[in-house]
Amino acid sequence: MLVPVSWLRDFVEIDIPVELLADRLTVAGLEVAHMKYIGLPQETAPGVHMPKSDHLVWDRAKLLLGRIVEVRAHPNADRLVLALVDYGEAELEQCVTGATNLFRYKDRGELDPPIWSPFAMEGATVWDGQSDSPKRMTLKGRELRGIYNKSMVCSEKELGIADEHEGVIVMEDDASFVAGMSLADVLGDVVLDIEFTPNLARCLSMIGVAREVAAILGVKMNYPDFDFQAVGAPIEGQVDIDIREPALNPRFTLTLLRDTEVRPSPFWMQHRLKLIGQRPRNNIVDVTNYLTFELGQPTHAFDYDKLVARAGGAPTIITRLPEAGEELETLDAVRRELGEETILVADSAGALSLGGVIGGGDTEISEATVNVLLEAAAWDNISIRKTIKEQRVHTEASARFSRGVHPSQAILGSMRGIELMRQLGGGRIAQGVIDVYPGRPDAVTVDLPIERVNRLLGMDVSLEQAADVLRRLEFAVEVADDVIRATAPDHRLDISADPVVGQSDLLEEIARIIGYDRIPDTIMADEMPPQWENTAVLLEERIRDALVGQGLAEVINYRFTSREREALLTPAGLPPSLAEAEYVEIANPAASDRNVLRHSLMINMLENAVNNARYQATQELFELGKVYLQRDDLLPEEPLQLGILLAGARSQPSWLSDGSSEEMDFFDLKGVIESLLHALHIEDFSFERGTHSSFHPGRSADLLLRGERIGSFGEIHPQVASRFKLREAKVVYGEIAVAPLISQHQRLHNITALPTAPAILEDIALVLNANIAASEVEAVIRQAGGRLLRDVTLFDVYTGDPVPPGKKSLAYSLTYQDEQRTLTDKNAARIRRKIIGAVRHRLNAELRS
Amino acid sequence: MTDSISTIRREALGALERIGDSDALSAWRAQYLGRRGAVGKLFAQIGSLPKTERAAFGQGVNALQQELDRAHEEHRALMESQVMARDLEEGEIDISLPAYPRRRGALHPSTQTHREFQTIWADMGFQVYQSRDVEEDDLNFTLLNLPPHHPARDMQDTFYTTDPKVLLRTHTSPGQIRAMRDLGDGGTKPIRVILPGMCYRQEQVTARSEIQFTQVEGLAIGRNIRMSDLKGTIAEFAKRMYSPNAKVRYRASYFPFTEPSMEVDVECFLCGGEGCRVCKYTGWLEIAGSGMVHPTVLRNGGYDPSEWSGFAFGMGPERITMLKHGIQDIRYFWSNDLRFLRQF
Repeated sequence: MLVPVSWLRDFVEIDIPVELLADRLTVAGLEVAHMKYIGLPQETAPGVHMPKSDHLVWDRAKLLLGRIVEVRAHPNADRLVLALVDYGEAELEQCVTGATNLFRYKDRGELDPPIWSPFAMEGATVWDGQSDSPKRMTLKGRELRGIYNKSMVCSEKELGIADEHEGVIVMEDDASFVAGMSLADVLGDVVLDIEFTPNLARCLSMIGVAREVAAILGVKMNYPDFDFQAVGAPIEGQVDIDIREPALNPRFTLTLLRDTEVRPSPFWMQHRLKLIGQRPRNNIVDVTNYLTFELGQPTHAFDYDKLVARAGGAPTIITRLPEAGEELETLDAVRRELGEETILVADSAGALSLGGVIGGGDTEISEATVNVLLEAAAWDNISIRKTIKEQRVHTEASARFSRGVHPSQAILGSMRGIELMRQLGGGRIAQGVIDVYPGRPDAVTVDLPIERVNRLLGMDVSLEQAADVLRRLEFAVEVADDVIRATAPDHRLDISADPVVGQSDLLEEIARIIGYDRIPDTIMADEMPPQWENTAVLLEERIRDALVGQGLAEVINYRFTSREREALLTPAGLPPSLAEAEYVEIANPAASDRNVLRHSLMINMLENAVNNARYQATQELFELGKVYLQRDDLLPEEPLQLGILLAGARSQPSWLSDGSSEEMDFFDLKGVIESLLHALHIEDFSFERGTHSSFHPGRSADLLLRGERIGSFGEIHPQVASRFKLREAKVVYGEIAVAPLISQHQRLHNITALPTAPAILEDIALVLNANIAASEVEAVIRQAGGRLLRDVTLFDVYTGDPVPPGKKSLAYSLTYQDEQRTLTDKNAARIRRKIIGAVRHRLNAELRS
Repeated sequence: MTDSISTIRREALGALERIGDSDALSAWRAQYLGRRGAVGKLFAQIGSLPKTERAAFGQGVNALQQELDRAHEEHRALMESQVMARDLEEGEIDISLPAYPRRRGALHPSTQTHREFQTIWADMGFQVYQSRDVEEDDLNFTLLNLPPHHPARDMQDTFYTTDPKVLLRTHTSPGQIRAMRDLGDGGTKPIRVILPGMCYRQEQVTARSEIQFTQVEGLAIGRNIRMSDLKGTIAEFAKRMYSPNAKVRYRASYFPFTEPSMEVDVECFLCGGEGCRVCKYTGWLEIAGSGMVHPTVLRNGGYDPSEWSGFAFGMGPERITMLKHGIQDIRYFWSNDLRFLRQF
């Protein structure tokens, strides 16, 4: 909300720099997001930093308030006039001007009452009114169609008030105006742009902000005069109110102004509305807008005669819920179907407006209106919230009512509004107010022991100090026996009647106004809760470290995807291998391909590979993230999965390498996985031929931990790869459930003592059927070799001549070693014989010479 | 006879000086110091000398042997150092040639910041409590003092699931209720935890806002937790996370689940508080929302708010990471472009 400091000064004296005020407001919870300067210089306050403003600063000696004494025709030009300006000197100054809004004063002699305008002397700097982009200019004397001119009367654009350049500013006579006074003292201003959190509904007005300023600065709040001058026939009998839903409409008030004139508002009213970003319309509508911003009480003006015509006599204003199928065309020219819960203002002929939100067109103020009926009511904020959500309509009124306006304010709005209308449009106010108030809120009184203040804030606040803060905020305060009894003022709805919550509400007010910076910094003296080892967190981090240590980069993806995208992971005609569960479906997705939560990390990581392939020859990625499996419970399971993706060259291009650019394959990924399992000290794992349909059936494996399948990995199925435009590059991917890794990892593991005796190394090459798995061969060798066979390393796999077709050769390097004793060649030969015997017998393998 | 000693000496030392390779040196050694070498022959002559001359001659031969030994050793060392010098010279490489590329892994920047957070908070006794992403409306809102139609629900644009009771958490705060119910033992035990995790909001994705982001929530519950403790604890965090001299400012604010509530600003560490583009010329950077746990929330967690109190805070690791590394666009975080990730 835009808040001109000049408007605040109507209600509270401000004797600190505006910059400091903005800082104090911000710290107290009313965040000043921006400050717009009008004519006044930007000041500095210690410790307060502001973006530097490059606005026009008005020269106090050269930009003055001028009284236009007379407007004369220009002898040589129809589209120019001569304004004779009194600016406090003996001689009048003659300004040549093309301001169209002065033409109507032409040749009327001395003006009575006088009009006032900003007057710029020779040498003054203003914005160039003719320039489309902001450009400063300094006034210099020159001839304008034969008449010498060195000064000017100014438009809003030239002064930097607004973009308007239709004519010059013309102000009506005012008792405080003196010709030649500095313009900065008349129109100089700073407009604060304040952002309000939802709890500050009471502050959504000038008076609301001024109350905070008064409390912060510890100065008195000056309220406007709410009396109204009523000399007309009483309102009683002219209109009735029938509230049918008191819970939704706790109060409704009406006042009546007769014989007024609808016309443009005077300068001061238009100026203020424009400063806060509102468009002036006419004096009646302007007052309703003005009240919304001054008091925070939205009001609505009806053309009284139109109501009388509709009712065929004295109207009755009815507030009620809609009838089935009822419709209303509102002021924004939208025909609205009304929902069941929309509270309406109606009369006997039908709906008039959406209560507290927007008026209807039928009874609005027009230039012909002479009798104005002013509504100021109170509405249930939740009901208003439902209406604005359903009707998608946001107005300044609904912004306030939906956050909560205390019903006590309605009568103030009626009285202040009708009086302002009278002052601006003339006429006679009918005596009295029609005030129906079925939903008066209970006053809220909270007992707050000072001990609780001190205990919760951790600082000593005296009883007097706390009571003083609450009084400054207009609470009614009694103090007895170290307990503050505070009753909330009747503009506040945010103080809870729950005793403990109410105490917190008061506590916040006390702390906020005293200042959070006054509370000391302390170390918790409270009991330390038991600490525990968080294995899951430790293991997650260890997994990350193990993979980063192998050169992989961690990715974090959106958890959103679509069924269609995940379906791409299953080749045509094969059963899907992703988790068997429903998807968590988003009702309001950000995009149609992000409308469910993922079942697997694979889709995201393949997309990462596609995206990165444009810039990276080699990709080694992993993600540790949740997937979401909707089963029978209300909430889905959220297991943590580990995805690993490798693609591209195994070695990186370099002048040092041999130029081969072999692609990473299944075995690279197998190595990454084994290395990870070793890092976690997980044994008891094994690999089986892959069963996951997203992978190449012959080049994939399942990972088993203690016999339980916990993941799959391998080359992406060529059909899947082609869908991702990955056919050119070989991509290997694996996904493993993290929970079993965490539960099966060995927290403690024993090391093997370092052998002291030397080892004997020897190589053997076996020729056997090509379809025998290497793991089986190794198992047989190990079993036969027994305890003394320390290590078995496969160092060559060969098929082709001279190995017969259907056979392969596997060459192993064997290490024999005893921990204590030195083995003899005889020992070694015996083990070797056993091994050769076993492979011959069990695998039908021949020793290759 | 002494002539022969001095002759051999002169001869030997003269020959040694001219030797330039190790074969010649071995030959020299064999010629003079070998078993059948010149010095050996002199020793063999000792027995044939008159007794009176034997001692003097023996000493002379001994001295010669030692001298030639020493000279041989010196010459060997000299040759070795010459060879070494030549080898070193010949072994010169162009050290400006590019290195052989080693692969370096990279931890996601968000993870790195989370680790920093976890370390600092663990030192202050705050342990990690992991909560869920897909959450009940009740826990995300109602039990946190945000009943249906509460104005503050407008502050957060929520992803709902097709079950209207279930949504994607908009903040880590529902974990507060879970932690209190899980660890509080019916409102009888103190708690000190942080709740890190992914949160989701239905927003336009721009350089400044994302539909998913991580948060770290902190929660301390006890019989005597004070607002001054909140300030002291956050100040301690700021000192360790930003700088030992970090200045902290507190602004009154509003969160439905805390009261009093405050925003925490730290003096801009890029400009030292003087005002710059990043801090929007205010000298301050917003780092946390915080406050005393609202009595209603304590109650919903099983605690009696007249006996127990607590504080809570929430921080955004991505924002802090952006500030620390000059990242202009939050979309970098989940785009997983290796050109970005490899910079961490």
